[in-house]
Amino acid sequence: MLNRTAENVARATPEPLARKVRGISDKGLAWLFISPTILLLLAINIFPLFWAIYLSFTNFRANRPNEVVKNLGFANYQRILADKDIWIAMQTTAHFVFWTILLQTLIGFTLAWLIDRKFRGHAFWTTLILVPMMLSPAVVGNFWRFLYEPQIGLFAYAISFVTGIPPTNIQMLSNVSLAPWSIIIVDTWMWTPYVMLICLAGLRSIPEYIYEAAEVDRASNWRQFWSITLPMALPFIMLAVLFRGIENFKMFDMVNLLTGGGPGSTTEVASITLKRQAFESWRTGYSSAFAIILFVAVFGLANIYVKALNKVKQR
Amino acid sequence: MKSSLKLALGLASAITASTAVSNVAHAEDLTLCWAAWDPANALVELSKDFTKETGIGMKFEFVPWTNYADRFLNELNSHGKLCDLIIGDSQWIGGAAENGHYVKLNDFFDKEKISMDDFVPATVVGYSEWPKNTPNYWALPAMGDVVGWTYRKDWFSKPELQKEFKEKYGWDLGPPTTFDQLKQIAEFFQKRQIDGKTVYGASIYTERGSEGITMGAMDVLYSYGFQYENPKKPYEMEGFVNSDKSVKGLEFYKALYDCCTPPGASNSYMGEGVDAFKSGQVAMHMNFAFTWPGLQKDENVGGDKIGYFVNPKGPDGDQFAQLGGQGISVVSYSDKQESALKYIKWFANKDVQAKWWSLGGYSCLNAVVKDPKFPASQPYAQTFLDSMAIVKDFWAEPSYAPLLQASQKRFHDYVVAGQGSAKDALDGLVKDWTQVFQDDGKM
Repeated sequence: MLNRTAENVARATPEPLARKVRGISDKGLAWLFISPTILLLLAINIFPLFWAIYLSFTNFRANRPNEVVKNLGFANYQRILADKDIWIAMQTTAHFVFWTILLQTLIGFTLAWLIDRKFRGHAFWTTLILVPMMLSPAVVGNFWRFLYEPQIGLFAYAISFVTGIPPTNIQMLSNVSLAPWSIIIVDTWMWTPYVMLICLAGLRSIPEYIYEAAEVDRASNWRQFWSITLPMALPFIMLAVLFRGIENFKMFDMVNLLTGGGPGSTTEVASITLKRQAFESWRTGYSSAFAIILFVAVFGLANIYVKALNKVKQR
Repeated sequence: MKSSLKLALGLASAITASTAVSNVAHAEDLTLCWAAWDPANALVELSKDFTKETGIGMKFEFVPWTNYADRFLNELNSHGKLCDLIIGDSQWIGGAAENGHYVKLNDFFDKEKISMDDFVPATVVGYSEWPKNTPNYWALPAMGDVVGWTYRKDWFSKPELQKEFKEKYGWDLGPPTTFDQLKQIAEFFQKRQIDGKTVYGASIYTERGSEGITMGAMDVLYSYGFQYENPKKPYEMEGFVNSDKSVKGLEFYKALYDCCTPPGASNSYMGEGVDAFKSGQVAMHMNFAFTWPGLQKDENVGGDKIGYFVNPKGPDGDQFAQLGGQGISVVSYSDKQESALKYIKWFANKDVQAKWWSLGGYSCLNAVVKDPKFPASQPYAQTFLDSMAIVKDFWAEPSYAPLLQASQKRFHDYVVAGQGSAKDALDGLVKDWTQVFQDDGKM
């Protein structure tokens, strides 16, 4: 049947084209098919990357196309690495990444472990828990901004109910100490289900007979958790940490919507600084250099992490 | 059969021809780009007269204020043809002129006998000239605007509050004439119960993302003695930007933010200010004059309940206000420059300007604003006139964007986040601005 179809197609192919196609090897044909994708990738990923590398050595400004572009060598890189504000932004980013990953992993794994117990109604609870990650970050950012509102927000009223502090004193987005935590809370609320899903996949992949053997050996639940569950789910947990780490390193939407980097520069993560330099101050060359530094940092850290992940998997 | 075929062909030709004619008409349409706000709606209404007179259709591209600069500066920088006419912010004029985005209008003004002497001088300098104070015109003053204040006249006139205020501060509760008075009133109203609701002193600009806190802080700093540079030596900022008087002004702005704004007002600009005033949260409200027609009409806080006052005086009696507003320019990448210039000519007409004011736009034409009937034409008209007489504007240099970002950061870090001192913030600002001008080769 398949052969007949191929014959029909070959017969229907115009003779000049058929003559050309007949001369193409399997490898050539494979390249022919994947070339549109490769061209697209080159155009929208690889070329801009190399272009950004080139721009990072210049004083180019996108809002002054008529100005002569000067080659600055490594001056942009030197300026960035010596800029106190950039380092503060990097510290802020590291703070977010650390706390969001820690909380999401702890809560996500705990939820996965509970869901894996397969209690009555677990499917319903799983679906309910997954809802936040299905929402758009723009929607989440906007409604949490209302929830955090000190005069009308439910969050302030809930905290006030528990602590007795007047709701108007609970200024999550305006207070320098609370603003970073307001973003960590929202990110944790939204993305813990994602970590939970990956952990759940890890827990479900552990063969039942290992637990049965442990039961025969009279291993306690605690012992089973530390010796079977955690080690066997670890590669999955590490994978979740990798995904969330990369995502949160470039966190932008939530911060932009909730605090815009404020109050002051308290929540100004690296991506917000980058956006301000590139599209508000129009320092295209400078911001390209900053983007390259961020790219190298994420790429380098991710590579080291993947190697560690492979080692854990091979154990 | 043949006759029905002919009929079908005839119909098809007629439809094709009519589509072609309509396409030709659309090809002549002008696109005007501006911010999405109340005056833009008034301009849509006004422009119908232009279409009636000339047959040239008008299309509009309005973008919310938060994306206005990003969207249209990108459009201009990429030499886009979307906008034939643009009402660009006053600070863009330097960059737009030097980068060739706007058509220079001097020859056109001469030919059409449009004189810049016919417009309010501050608006000509602010919206049209580059370099400043030279007769090089890149825009026609289109929408006058300035930061001023509204207050709750109904609250101010409550006898029990008047009595209590007089006892506490020793002067009659009324629109403040100095910043000290303004702060006293704000403190008086802060967290006060009025009609069963907790109200607050004042809504001021604190927005971090675009230009909010700079516009608000500068509005106060000017009257305290802040100067951008040495009047005798351009770009020399040390001792002017960070003078003792400027430091006091910035300290005052922070004190006002700390004592007298509604909870959570750490990122507040035009929209948030209007919301705070309309919802009856604040006794006073700093905002651009363009918001006044809408507030005047508001059922809850408008009419007799609202009053207006000019930006108060500083400690030495100096009185200035932050300029807002825009001029209308012809985009140099437009293929329809001739029609766009026709629009400018039409818009400069006295009758059109008078109608512009009546619809809610702020005319900059002397013939309109100096008309004896003008001050009584709207409850806010006199305040607008008085405010326009004392305006100052932010840098309009081609590098206005990095200059603005620097002040946004320095002011927000100090005023809202409480980091460092006012002196630190202004010293840092001098450092940042010096760097920008050095990068530009101006220092």
